[in-house]
Amino acid sequence: MKKFRLLFAVLFVFSVFLTACNSNNESSGTGDNGKETSSKLEIFSWWTGAGEEDGLLALIDLFEKKYPEIEVENAAVAGGAGTNAKAVLASRMQGDDPPSTFQVHGGEELNASWVAAGKMEPLNDLYEKEGWNDKFPQDLIDMVSVDGNIYSVPVNIHRSNVLWYNKKIFEENGLSVPTTFDEFFDVAEQLKEKGITPLALGDKEPWTATHVFENILLAKLGPENYGKLWTGELSFTDNRVVEAAEIFKEMLNYINDDHSSRNWQDASQLVANGEAAMNIMGDWAKGYFVNDLQLKVNEDFGYVPSPETDGYFMVVTDTFGLPKGVKNPDDVKKFLSVLGSVEGQDVFNPLKGSIPARIDADKSKYDEYGQDAMADFSSSTLAPSLAHGSAAPEGFLTRVNQAINIFVTQKDVDQFIDALETAAQDL
Amino acid sequence: MEPGKSLNIGNKTRVEVKKRRKITKDQWMAILFLSPSIIILTIFVYGFIGWTGYVSLSNWNTIIPDFTFAGLKNYLFLFSDFRFQADLRNTIAFTVLFIGLVIILGLGLGILLDQKMVRGESIFRNIFFFPMALSFVVTGVVWQWLLNPSTGINLFLKKFGVEPKWYTDTTILAGFQWGKIEFGLPVAILAVVIAAVWQMTGFSLAMYLAGLRGIPDEIREAAKMDGCNEFQLYWKVIIPLLKPITMSVVIMMAHISLKIFDLVYAMTGPGANFVTDVPGVYMFETTFRGNYYANGAAIAIIMLLSVAIFIVPYLWSNRRGNS
Repeated sequence: MKKFRLLFAVLFVFSVFLTACNSNNESSGTGDNGKETSSKLEIFSWWTGAGEEDGLLALIDLFEKKYPEIEVENAAVAGGAGTNAKAVLASRMQGDDPPSTFQVHGGEELNASWVAAGKMEPLNDLYEKEGWNDKFPQDLIDMVSVDGNIYSVPVNIHRSNVLWYNKKIFEENGLSVPTTFDEFFDVAEQLKEKGITPLALGDKEPWTATHVFENILLAKLGPENYGKLWTGELSFTDNRVVEAAEIFKEMLNYINDDHSSRNWQDASQLVANGEAAMNIMGDWAKGYFVNDLQLKVNEDFGYVPSPETDGYFMVVTDTFGLPKGVKNPDDVKKFLSVLGSVEGQDVFNPLKGSIPARIDADKSKYDEYGQDAMADFSSSTLAPSLAHGSAAPEGFLTRVNQAINIFVTQKDVDQFIDALETAAQDL
Repeated sequence: MEPGKSLNIGNKTRVEVKKRRKITKDQWMAILFLSPSIIILTIFVYGFIGWTGYVSLSNWNTIIPDFTFAGLKNYLFLFSDFRFQADLRNTIAFTVLFIGLVIILGLGLGILLDQKMVRGESIFRNIFFFPMALSFVVTGVVWQWLLNPSTGINLFLKKFGVEPKWYTDTTILAGFQWGKIEFGLPVAILAVVIAAVWQMTGFSLAMYLAGLRGIPDEIREAAKMDGCNEFQLYWKVIIPLLKPITMSVVIMMAHISLKIFDLVYAMTGPGANFVTDVPGVYMFETTFRGNYYANGAAIAIIMLLSVAIFIVPYLWSNRRGNS
């Protein structure tokens, strides 16, 4: 009996090891079993919210109609406006297990990270083949290129320098919508006297405050000098940057008290409810107003470019690229070609509430705001957004967000400029 | 490996068992059963602690790994960093308040429930114990809305003319300049303490209740014979007897509060001016958003050491007590 017990014990322990070995073989083997998984096209994104998910699913539908033999897996990671997805992506890329294709904001979020790490394939041949080089604006292609190599395909455009306002409040109080900072403070003062919060802010996640600040920076510097900040050609100690910080500080006198308990949706809601008059946010806020809160464009809420940025277009663009080392690069290119086609962009963008990155898309498919934004997009100077990772590497952005978070409470301009300048040393 | 092979190995082991007399069959069994977990533990716990320590001494602060030796650069950076200094202040404030309240409330409720006259004791016990069953994320989201200054409990408190700003309050009580930050008690952290205490009091209550039940009635009676009143009975006899329980509760709560992440992340985030930030949140954000891997690793090591300050003496005294 005792002998049996020992034998049983030995067998048990080794069977545990065996199962461990076995499953290991299965997952690492790309042989007969692997084929099925290798032909799967895994699309990695953080599009899980209302509107954006519908857009993604419609896009996948379109792709599956065109290429029924390719199996698609929607590998979306929810939460944190993409920050969770980015963390998952980082560990997968570093572990040499890239998804077939992944969502990334055009600009430094792509260039300073995965392109610099040598983990992306250039897509110049795809652009040639599809004739895309004159279908996307040159400014935009430059944002996703390094040294003449194009690394991703933009699918949509969001404008981030928009001031949203509650129409009723402005009409009832006989106010006109501000286009300059002087007008803004004038209006804000009148609103404050009437007990209405002039500017809604929700900086539980500090990027929303960075978002407001970058639009002031763009206004004060203009797109060209604004761009020089990220290359080190213009210092953060420049007078115009200090002026922007002073304006931002002044603006903070007109925000809601509970800003640090709100996220951007909660801040937009203040405007929607009529508790606050204005909100500076990207045009994903339109999707929130229209889809989630059932408001009407130009009836319940209106929009203008944020103060002194008329003629400029702060761009946030979602793009998809081809990582090195995926098993099915041809399938990925097929997907990217659908993504970059007029058809693909017009299926995705009306649902997502963004505008197409192509300049030849069908305008009639977009709502009033979309058509306005499309007109502005083709006529304005583009500037990459800092708060959304396009202008500078994520590391710098993290430092800026921290400095902003401190500034919103302490309102110490000198210390803030110092912190920005210190962070810029690493650029 | 095929199944046949494992049999062979099995036979070999049996031969060895017969040769060596010093290691008994039971010990072999123990080694065999423990070996998988020991191997896994070595690799996935101690191996990765070592790896984290190694990364924390490197220059890996971009998305591209860079393992060149940086010395203590990352640590020095942290201790001169506004955010990390604020994290240390918040952690100290949070830990002291959290442990203190959990012990006082747990012990108090335990003693009340232990009274023979309480009816439906198990109902109360379960009510107090239920929050333990929730995840910190759920607790965080619930208390975020309850303590939201514009929508939560304040709608009720308004009627009494008080409107605390809860976790959006940026004032620091008894503050004085220390390094780059104002050291003191951040008011906002109290909101997080309330949520954490609500969740963990049930645990310390259960521990104390078990401890109280373990104290024999003879001791109480003997104390009463010697003329102890009820207060003296608890203060001088029972609470000292519960010391080992208190030790365990302190250790467990300390390692929860020093490592806390999920509750804060779900409830408040870093907070304005970092009044509710903790090292865990900073570590996550700096590593996975900012790609400052070496800085993040350094924070992890500092957290490990801070927990070790509590755990190591505890394990030490336990070992001594046993031998």
